[in-house]
Amino acid sequence: MPLMSIKGKAYLVGAYEHPTRKAEGKSVAQLHAEVAKGALEDAGLTKNDIDGYFCAGDAPGLGPLSMVDYLGLKVRHLDSTDTGGTSYLIHVAHAAQAIALGKCNVALVTLAGRPRSEGHSGTQPRTWGANMPDAPFEAPYGIVTTNSYAMVAMRHMHEFGTTSEQLAWVKVAASHHAQHNPHAMLREVVTVKEVLDSPMVSDPLHRMDCCVVSDGGGALIVARPEIAKKLKRPLVRLIGAGESPKGQAGGKLTLTTSGAAWSGAAAFAEAGVKPADIKYVSIYDSFTITVVVQLEDLGFCRKGEGGKFVADGNLISGSGKLPFNTDGGGLCNNHPANRGGMTKVIEAVRQLRGEAHAKVQVKNCGLALAQGTGGQLGTRHGSATLIMERE
Amino acid sequence: MMERKLPAPSVNPENKAYFDAAAEGKLLIKKCGSCGEYHHYPRALCPFCFSDKTEWNDAKGTGTIYTYSVLRRGVPVPYCIAYVTLEEGVSMLTNIVDCDLDVVKIGMKVKVTFKPSDGGPPVPMFTPA
Repeated sequence: MPLMSIKGKAYLVGAYEHPTRKAEGKSVAQLHAEVAKGALEDAGLTKNDIDGYFCAGDAPGLGPLSMVDYLGLKVRHLDSTDTGGTSYLIHVAHAAQAIALGKCNVALVTLAGRPRSEGHSGTQPRTWGANMPDAPFEAPYGIVTTNSYAMVAMRHMHEFGTTSEQLAWVKVAASHHAQHNPHAMLREVVTVKEVLDSPMVSDPLHRMDCCVVSDGGGALIVARPEIAKKLKRPLVRLIGAGESPKGQAGGKLTLTTSGAAWSGAAAFAEAGVKPADIKYVSIYDSFTITVVVQLEDLGFCRKGEGGKFVADGNLISGSGKLPFNTDGGGLCNNHPANRGGMTKVIEAVRQLRGEAHAKVQVKNCGLALAQGTGGQLGTRHGSATLIMERE
Repeated sequence: MMERKLPAPSVNPENKAYFDAAAEGKLLIKKCGSCGEYHHYPRALCPFCFSDKTEWNDAKGTGTIYTYSVLRRGVPVPYCIAYVTLEEGVSMLTNIVDCDLDVVKIGMKVKVTFKPSDGGPPVPMFTPA
């Protein structure tokens, strides 16, 4: 145990996922406000209780300054760490740190975006400005989200013999869960064959290996124990967290390993638990390969055995050994703002509260893990791991 | 086949020598004068030891494919993105060109070629050796 720790210092008291999947008639800022309101109502708190605010690159304007003013918050602590889709897991960990140090009592984390209405997809380049040091060596070659992750999948297949059928099982499991989620974009249960028969987007990833593009958002409220225990919600506390960036290492590539190897190890060490103790996992599923790599790096199976691990329905709640993404995940439910970390934490909170859909609720779910990656596994990414416990 | 327009790299004082050399058909690679390590993409300060004694070297221009993918949907012309591990030991993001994309394989030996960008300097790509 580290000398100082966030273990048990903060509770996830509010969680809200926006039901929209196409928000043509709303602004991005409005979606942020709506999810904030939803999370406060879920917690039983009011806007005036918030004294810490966390947001990432999806928040419009000058980071938290624009949003705090727009939302009408009075806060004494801000954090706009941006590691792409995993930012919100890091925000939860940073909120716990701030609470432990007395910098705030009730932290709000928001995410929202409209990529579906605005016409963004994973086959288009994203531009981040002329001063990006890596862009001159990457943009001319047409690196986009899909082919970046596809290169990871291709290398994983080469090194370990992972197959397209094994990857397809990740989507099949997600679809089994999504059929019970009335808000999910894709509710049809699919088969391995249907995944393999879907159009090839970027070898070896088929369309059904890719997550959806959706509008929406989500919010979380993190509070100190004394406040959490006065609320009327089931108690979910954070007991371990880790974060790790990983890149190209100056050209010495190891594409089949993600930052989860470090963020996961740190979170398990802080929580004092091991992978076999975890009852439910939310694993960022930008693509099917993303899940396989992260499960290996977190230690749920050995490196290279992720394909075998996810096959034959092992991730399906009720029948598999490790139920994952019981809301349908990014592959079937939603992927608001092209950033899937927020919804990973929300579904883990639902599971720990016993508030997941009855058909996918994990029995006696006392310990859950949420894992996110953001940016691109094929170039550079952030990884974050949270371990949460029902009290 | 329709030609794909390559977005021009943004040239800055730190990377100008690399793209000036590319215009002359030469691939440069940075080597650190202090720790002796090659790195890519090139930096002024070594990403391994932080020395500012990094030097431009002529790369041999040959290597092997570390990984690749052909993007087939959502783009006007399919193309092959890849990481090529250079003889010098570091890998660079690139495209595999001037060949049947269905024969590209990990481990394939490749050599550098240069392709014009849209309004900027040419960029190094690779083709089967």
